[in-house]
Amino acid sequence: MMRNSYFINVIRFVLLILVQVLVFNKLNFFGYINPMVYILFLYWYPIKEKRQLFLLLSFLLGFMVDLFSDTVAIHAAATVTIAYLRPTIMRFCFGVNYEFQNFKLTNTTRAQQITFLALLIIIHHLVFFTLEIFSLANTLLILKKVLAISAATLILCLLLSSLFSVKKE
Amino acid sequence: MQQIINFILRYKNFLLYLFLLTISLALTVQSHSYHRSKYFNSSNWLTGNIYKTTSSITTYFGLVEENKKLVEENKRLHTLLFNQKKEDSMQLDTANIIYKVIAAQVIKNSYGLPRNYITINKGSNNGIKPDMGVITSNGILGIVENTSKNFATVQSILNTKSRINAKIKNTNHYGSLVWDTKDFNTVQLVDIERLVPLKIGDTIVTGASSSIFPENIPIGIIKKFDLNNSQSSYSIDIKLFNNMAAIKSIYVLDNVQREEIIELEAKTNNDAQ
Repeated sequence: MMRNSYFINVIRFVLLILVQVLVFNKLNFFGYINPMVYILFLYWYPIKEKRQLFLLLSFLLGFMVDLFSDTVAIHAAATVTIAYLRPTIMRFCFGVNYEFQNFKLTNTTRAQQITFLALLIIIHHLVFFTLEIFSLANTLLILKKVLAISAATLILCLLLSSLFSVKKE
Repeated sequence: MQQIINFILRYKNFLLYLFLLTISLALTVQSHSYHRSKYFNSSNWLTGNIYKTTSSITTYFGLVEENKKLVEENKRLHTLLFNQKKEDSMQLDTANIIYKVIAAQVIKNSYGLPRNYITINKGSNNGIKPDMGVITSNGILGIVENTSKNFATVQSILNTKSRINAKIKNTNHYGSLVWDTKDFNTVQLVDIERLVPLKIGDTIVTGASSSIFPENIPIGIIKKFDLNNSQSSYSIDIKLFNNMAAIKSIYVLDNVQREEIIELEAKTNNDAQ
């Protein structure tokens, strides 16, 4: 069981990077909308695993995407931020429930899952575009990009997550 | 001592987060101001080969368009060649060539970010070095920034760090080509004085004061112009000749005299101090 979960996460890690850089980075919808679906890795990652490993993995995930898209380390910074904030966000979305042993993402309501995913995406995009544009004079541009791309990312992540969801028993 | 260790143990997640964030921020901030790190870009072995593999599949879909473009370019060059005044003998000697041309293919293109880089399938093994100019059959594309053995990244003109010397065709009014990140088919020409007569539709070409590009490489046409806030110089919107979203075949220009020029300039600067 344990090894199976490692295996799935490694496959997810590699596949999400490839899908991100080879498909979604080339969309350029309206000239600038490139959804960042690799955030799903943080959404799917097991809750009970060690946090240090999770932080390191998230950093690596972001950094690999950075390497492919020539953005130095902006994806890495944004991803490691949401990885660090994930427990806080989960407590906000799922209440104290999530600290119980038998807590599972599939047992929560749809609304809770969407809130969780949306918060991850919005925080990620805020950090990402602030660093990318790197000037407070362009606050409006940052907000516009965050809103448009968050919406696109959320829709695609929801579609992907329902496509590859684990069957509810 | 005990307390310090306890502190570290209690906040180890936060400290790890801070550490990772600092690394990424340091890399990012450094890259905003100066050349990016030599290794953290898509010209490295892993990313280069993945992009090469996928591009070798996807290029098939654009072959017809690409062929048309190349035939069009051949036609133009033949026209130039046949209408040239005949010299007595063909020049076969390569000793007085200034620009060597290396052909390459784009394997990764990007135009939706504020700092766009293009990855190409030739590298230092093919004689490509940083700071060489890159053009397509339609016009200017960018400057080589990093190379690995088999790949290179090109800083596109759609990059806020890019500043290229440009002028209005057939005049001597020079300005700098920059990009405001808004539209990937429009770039801006700044620092043209207000006294210069301008017309919409005028052609913009590269200027002479750079050792990277030869003079008169086409860039685009004037789409719109107005005086900037200080009212002393124009800011001009230029529609590019290149369609930046569909670029495949490119040429890298190697200025044979560049090293000599740089050396001379460095020497002059040293003497002046």
